Amino acid sequence: MNVNHAGLWRRGGSITSKHTQLAKALTDIYEGLNRWELWGTLGWHDIRHRYRRSIIGPFWITLSMGIMVGALGFLYAQFFGQPIRNYLPFLALGIIIWGFISSLILEGCVVFIASESVIRQLRAPLSIHVFRVLWRNLIIFAHNMVIYLVIMLIFGIWPGTRALLAIPGMLILCLNGIWASFLVGLLSTRFRDIPMIAANIIQILFFFTPIIWNIDQLRTSKLVAELNPFYHLVEIVRMPLLGHSPPLSTWLVGLGVTAVGYVVALGFFVRFRARIAYWV
Amino acid sequence: MASIRLDHVSVLFPIYNGTSRSLKNRLIAAGTGGRIGADGTRHVVVQALSDVSTDIVHGDRVALVGRNGAGKTTLLRVMAGIYEPADGNVIIEGQVAPLFDVSLGMDPESTGYENILLRGLYLGLSKAEVAVKIEEIADFTELGTFLEMPLRTYSAGMHARLAFAISTCIEPEILLLDEGIGAGDEAFLEKARHHIDAFVQRAGILVLASHSEQLVQQLCSRAILLDQGRIIAAGSINEVFEKYRQAAA
Repeated sequence: MNVNHAGLWRRGGSITSKHTQLAKALTDIYEGLNRWELWGTLGWHDIRHRYRRSIIGPFWITLSMGIMVGALGFLYAQFFGQPIRNYLPFLALGIIIWGFISSLILEGCVVFIASESVIRQLRAPLSIHVFRVLWRNLIIFAHNMVIYLVIMLIFGIWPGTRALLAIPGMLILCLNGIWASFLVGLLSTRFRDIPMIAANIIQILFFFTPIIWNIDQLRTSKLVAELNPFYHLVEIVRMPLLGHSPPLSTWLVGLGVTAVGYVVALGFFVRFRARIAYWV
Repeated sequence: MASIRLDHVSVLFPIYNGTSRSLKNRLIAAGTGGRIGADGTRHVVVQALSDVSTDIVHGDRVALVGRNGAGKTTLLRVMAGIYEPADGNVIIEGQVAPLFDVSLGMDPESTGYENILLRGLYLGLSKAEVAVKIEEIADFTELGTFLEMPLRTYSAGMHARLAFAISTCIEPEILLLDEGIGAGDEAFLEKARHHIDAFVQRAGILVLASHSEQLVQQLCSRAILLDQGRIIAAGSINEVFEKYRQAAA
């Protein structure tokens, strides 16, 4: 099958040679990045839409997270017999980062399904829908991080310059969010049970990943956490913000998951990209 | 120069129902040596287009004519680059503006102005380009201060005015229209007709899918008759509609 589209996406752009599926998949991603004004606007729009006509608007995100972290923090600090000063920052960051990861996967599942009408009406890069989900969740993440700033102020915590390591950590999370959205989005569009399966797995993983509990509380073996890639993905941002350097193993797992993920997701995207319009 | 070339294009639609889309049946099929698999994974395939070849060059005004389900919309979507065909070649030169659904990218909770921006971005304009055109679009809609109100407060006619104004403010090389565009009151319809004439004149190629001979006569210079996914006639509008009426009778 050969399909040739010249200058469909960008005005004045012209692609005239025959394209392989790989080139078309990469063009989709590249052109999608170029359309940042569209997905940037749509991402903001999603947030504003959710809180339109409410008085404090998107700060409901912050407030809801604050209430949950506060309530859980006091309960579990008692439960685990830990000083609240140590436990609350740990729990807040864990829940905020986990929220970011899990929303990317869950919303990634419906990334193409939810944009069905656009996909079937208009030729646009499919990647814009993925970037929209990522951008929307980054905005939510930023609102939630206000909670951590408040906690730092209340307890007088200063993580020091090591906190800057959270920046490459976040970058790794975002890169993983992109491939994960492509992969689960594509599979979910074809097999409509996958969003439900993913929701169940995510729920279980929340308890199996050291978020409300600390890895040091594992009595016999730490393998259940060490072998869980989500543990490392949480730690890659949480540790720097708590003032620690993530160990080499965490960086390696983070980069390894990214590399493997892109190979697999790109493989699927190259093979099935053209089918998505038929599947939605 | 804009052009559309379709060379032996076939489009197949797999129809997934609840069962064949589920993983369960896939897994059961794998676990039972494929015995149930024959039922579990077989799905109906609809041949929406078969062996369609056509050449549309700059300056062409083509009407797609045919009964419901003849493949008109599918063919438009192939020309828009939305469906990549299972078989055959598609070569499209030029920027395409599909206008299939007037409400694409419109959000009821956003104001008229916000919707102009959203839809403009969807159509491939930049924010700066929308900003240049926004006054022209606003004037054309004649909605005045209503543009600062959420879309959900609009009547159906006002909604159509806004959608129409945004969609036709861009200047594409290839314009693909599905029937049923344009609505609103008499005065606006008259204005819209002038606007679409000018719009069509600017576009290098127009492809219109329609049942209305009047509309086709007004906008197109030749026609293609589709039936069951095949081109069964092509030529002047009168000839094609003659065949269409014969086939329908």
